[in-house]
Amino acid sequence: MIAAEATSVGAGAFPLLSAMIFVPMIGATAVLLTTKSRPEFAKLIALLSSGMTGALTIYMLKEFDRGDAGFQMVSKHDWIEQWGIGWHLGVDGISLFLVVLTGILFPLAIVGVTPHHDEKPYLAWLLMLEAGVMGSFLSLDLFLFFIFFEIVLVPMYFLIGGWGYENREYAATKFYLYTFLGSAFMFVALIATAFIASDSLGGVTFDLVEIAEGGNIATTTARWLFFGFAIAFAVKVPIFPLHTWLPDAHTQAPTAGSVVLAGVMLKLGTYGFLRFGLYLFPEAAVWSRSLWLTLAVIGIIYGAIAATMQKDLKRLVAYSSVAHLGFIVLGTFAFTSQAITGSVIQMVNHGVSTGALFLFVGWIYERRKTRQIAELNGLQKVAPIFAAGFMVVMLSSIGVPGLNGFIGEYLILLGSFQTARWWTVVATAGVILAALYLLWAYQRVFHGEPDEDNQSFPELKLKEGLILLPFLVAIVFTGVYPKPLLDRIEPSVDRLVAHVAANSDVETDPSYTTQRGEFDNGHGEEHEDDEESHSEEEGEE
Amino acid sequence: MVELVWLIPAFPLVGFLTILIGGRKLGEPLAGLFATAMVGASFVVAALTYFDLLGMDEAERSHTETLFSWVPVRDLQIDMAFLVDPLSITMCLFVTGIGSLIHLYSIGYMHGDPKFSKFFLYLNLFVLSMTLLILGSNLLVTFLGWEGVGTCSYFLISFWHTKDANATAGKKAFVTNRIGDFGVMLAMFLAFGAVGSLDYAVINDSALAGTLTQATATGIAALLFLGAVGKSAQLPLYVWLPDAMAGPTPVSALIHAATMVTAGVYLMVRVNPVLGAAADWVPTLIAYTGAITALFAATIALAQNDIKKVLAYSTVSQLGYMFLAVGTGAYVAAIFHMVTHAFFKALLFLGSGSVIHGMHDEQDMRKMGKLFKFMPVTASTFIVGWLAIAGVPPFAGFWSKDEILLFALAESPILYVIGIVTAILTAFYMTRQVVMTFFGEQKWGSHANEAEAAHLDEAVDEDDAEADAPEPVETHGAHGEFKPHESPPFMLLPLVVLAGLSIVGGIIQLSSLGIIPKSAQHKLLDWLHPIVEFEGSPVEGIGEAHIDGTWAYDNKVLLIFVAIACALVGIAAGIAVYQRKMAKAIEPELLARGWGYDDAISWFMGKPGRDTFQAVADGDAKIVDGAVNGVAVAVRETAEQVRKGQTGYVRQYAGVIGIGVVLLLGWFVVIRGIL
Repeated sequence: MIAAEATSVGAGAFPLLSAMIFVPMIGATAVLLTTKSRPEFAKLIALLSSGMTGALTIYMLKEFDRGDAGFQMVSKHDWIEQWGIGWHLGVDGISLFLVVLTGILFPLAIVGVTPHHDEKPYLAWLLMLEAGVMGSFLSLDLFLFFIFFEIVLVPMYFLIGGWGYENREYAATKFYLYTFLGSAFMFVALIATAFIASDSLGGVTFDLVEIAEGGNIATTTARWLFFGFAIAFAVKVPIFPLHTWLPDAHTQAPTAGSVVLAGVMLKLGTYGFLRFGLYLFPEAAVWSRSLWLTLAVIGIIYGAIAATMQKDLKRLVAYSSVAHLGFIVLGTFAFTSQAITGSVIQMVNHGVSTGALFLFVGWIYERRKTRQIAELNGLQKVAPIFAAGFMVVMLSSIGVPGLNGFIGEYLILLGSFQTARWWTVVATAGVILAALYLLWAYQRVFHGEPDEDNQSFPELKLKEGLILLPFLVAIVFTGVYPKPLLDRIEPSVDRLVAHVAANSDVETDPSYTTQRGEFDNGHGEEHEDDEESHSEEEGEE
Repeated sequence: MVELVWLIPAFPLVGFLTILIGGRKLGEPLAGLFATAMVGASFVVAALTYFDLLGMDEAERSHTETLFSWVPVRDLQIDMAFLVDPLSITMCLFVTGIGSLIHLYSIGYMHGDPKFSKFFLYLNLFVLSMTLLILGSNLLVTFLGWEGVGTCSYFLISFWHTKDANATAGKKAFVTNRIGDFGVMLAMFLAFGAVGSLDYAVINDSALAGTLTQATATGIAALLFLGAVGKSAQLPLYVWLPDAMAGPTPVSALIHAATMVTAGVYLMVRVNPVLGAAADWVPTLIAYTGAITALFAATIALAQNDIKKVLAYSTVSQLGYMFLAVGTGAYVAAIFHMVTHAFFKALLFLGSGSVIHGMHDEQDMRKMGKLFKFMPVTASTFIVGWLAIAGVPPFAGFWSKDEILLFALAESPILYVIGIVTAILTAFYMTRQVVMTFFGEQKWGSHANEAEAAHLDEAVDEDDAEADAPEPVETHGAHGEFKPHESPPFMLLPLVVLAGLSIVGGIIQLSSLGIIPKSAQHKLLDWLHPIVEFEGSPVEGIGEAHIDGTWAYDNKVLLIFVAIACALVGIAAGIAVYQRKMAKAIEPELLARGWGYDDAISWFMGKPGRDTFQAVADGDAKIVDGAVNGVAVAVRETAEQVRKGQTGYVRQYAGVIGIGVVLLLGWFVVIRGIL
């Protein structure tokens, strides 16, 4: 219906961002139109459309101007004029890599896992989901965002309910009701926001940028509205104590569903906090930061402790997500460039490493028909390459330097320490626990002597290896050379931090060099000069 | 040459990647030889860099080589950069030098292991991480190496992972070290907040210039020390190191004796200006932690029967000496002891590996004895190591230990007494080990057959242990012909080289005695001078402690004789008890079990700790999720009830409306007072 309007604005003549939403949508329709007798067509179409979307995101990454902090490749059209709702898409450093991750994760999930029945609707739902997630990350209009945010729920509900495991209906219903209830608050809040802001904007509009930059909303009102949004996002993240839908949904979801759920869907919550929470209501976010910091830190410790004692491998990974997402929320509400940049990069990292972990758990289930840790043992002896792959992904999740997980976690903690010291001290202790639950699980599953049932555990297949490869490349590359990512993320984050600072009384940019001194003891002259010129160079960059 | 310093980590990186891709094809012994060659190449580069530095003016002996910008976010600018200075090159020399010797040894030791190439994969990765740790020009690059060596340590401890104890030991090492890492991370955050950089140069300069406040310096120093306590196995976090002996013996020698565990000491010396600027309690805490750990571990070593466990506790004890040195401002002595300890402890571990190899996987010293004539090279070199660690002149350990004790006395007589008692105990337990292993009675001949039988049983269910020794089955099968044998040349060559170093290693820092020519004294101090001595800093007590003029310094000749006497007393007592059987050996169960400390921790983790975790997990399912499901149930029930109200009778609806109107009116009238 809107396709006709989505003509060229932004990058060149091609509506790139709109295409990234419509290609999977069209793919989903096409999949449904294939005949039942030729299931391979459905798969081919699904692969082609998700692959094409992935290619588009790569092209977008190439075209992205890293010096520009604002929204790029903007596509802006009127849609429902009388209510000021527009088709407004754009990408900046905060959403850039989430969009790329979405584009790459979906084709891998489609190739990587074959559902046990009814492939056609399964693929259609997955593509629908991709369109919804893409739309959520790209929307710059409150109403449009809300539509995509809700669209995401439906395919996920059917994926869990239709292709999940033993308790799927309970999990799917819980997931749907819980997140839908959260969204209800957001819906009220966003309508109210648009109408209240219309006073100072001279007309009703749902445009995010206009409201954020020019909408004068009274402090108390803004706080109420912020909480309306925040509840929806807090459920989605999920933030303790609203997290209990997650272990059920994750455990019961089919593997591809878990990969996508952990990989990109949870980020809708943390992304929402950054894009709509901090940007629209900076004062309210600062005002309520103690609450979010506390809940984040509780989530980090609590999620890790709960993960340690899980008997089901998939549930363990699900609880580890609660802990990891806690770090991201901590960074978000620290309001420093390092912390928020860390949060953004950690969203991507978590998607990569937890996505890969879910793939592994799925592969283990395919082979052994169980996810119970107690029934698995000695797998490293019979499948060393499989074990090695799992190990790398696990170390990334633990946050070992040199791999991607560390970069995000470190930036978050370092940045948060400057403005939220004691919360960060507790959060850093969570790093110890991450090693505990994952290594313990690894020991029980992979170490030891395999018993009869595990004796014939098949080694990693070539296809699985090829699917794993992009994950491993991302894990090592981001850990060793994160600069290309940081360079693109940082300008937009700086802009957001400055926006928060300008609209609140928070100290976002502590002066770091208060105690810096130079010392010249006579035998280090050369060295001192070296150091000095060196750091000056960097300062200019 | 200093610009090419990146070659030092690059060679092991190449080795790691090559074996990662083609390790199985390379196979045995090619993978081992290749890995050894790579570490050897690193050593050559380190040596060339050393001579390059030596040729420079002292003021120029510091060079930062930046490879690329690693983590740049606004004010935070962290480079992948290496710092070449006398300290880092000294460390590089002995790490790559001993590393290549141990690689060579491993070719013989790991002979026949099905995971031969994987072992060298991990070893090369370890050397790579260790060199990053040493060469890093800022705390984060060091931390990269710090975690890297920890991860390699985890891989190698649980190398024979089918045995549960090994896997548990690996996990324990990793998690315990993480407690220390917690400190290092917080120290970095604190440093960044204060000086806006993680470069050692900036942090140290700020401390020297006096702009770093004492509170910040105290925080950074104490938190880094927490990291050092974890990595260098000091009280209360030492528990992982004895268990780490589950790994193959070359790993124990390289990682858990010579190099990785000394990283904490290195870090302390690297940031010594911050220690100097910190409140006095920090160095005092470090000195006492070191001294008490030294004594504590030495007492445990008295009663161990596993040949490797003795050495493990001995390592903990010797590391304690190094921290004692750091805490008393004897940074050069700490590095000195680190180097000599690396020589003789690597020698002792490799020697014990050779014994284990020759005894077909026997580690219990009670089943050894009289091995000297069967393994003459191993025994002779082991004896050199023994004399070195016991502190007999002129062996290497004597000089370094003496220097530490000198500084300890200058600081406090209590520290000195703890140190000297530990020295006696060290001489005693090492004598016990040497006698039980190489002299005394022959214990393996008499009950060879029953030992064999027991061993065969073990071999069935612990087949990973078989991998330790080549052709174990044949030898074990040949009852009555059991004979310890000397190890192959691959293993003996490193022993001989290390024995040589353990004899002469002391020359790098001879003390200022009259009989030693002036030009030969204090070579290491002169070399490390720019790292530890700072003229003109406004901060009191920064840099190497000055002990000239103290009673200890004036009487150092006397102290030397006391030290020698103590070493001899320890040795004589050991011989008297274990060789001559003049007194009954006192080996209380409490000491054998390490004062019950480890058991207490295991109990705590296993019982209350685990129960708490379980309670949280259960609570999540019952309380938090229970509340959610409770709300759902409540909504459903309420809906059921409300549905009953939908009767469809107009009179009922009218009645309800009527009641509502009355209540509303009542509220306005009574509560709000409107009429």
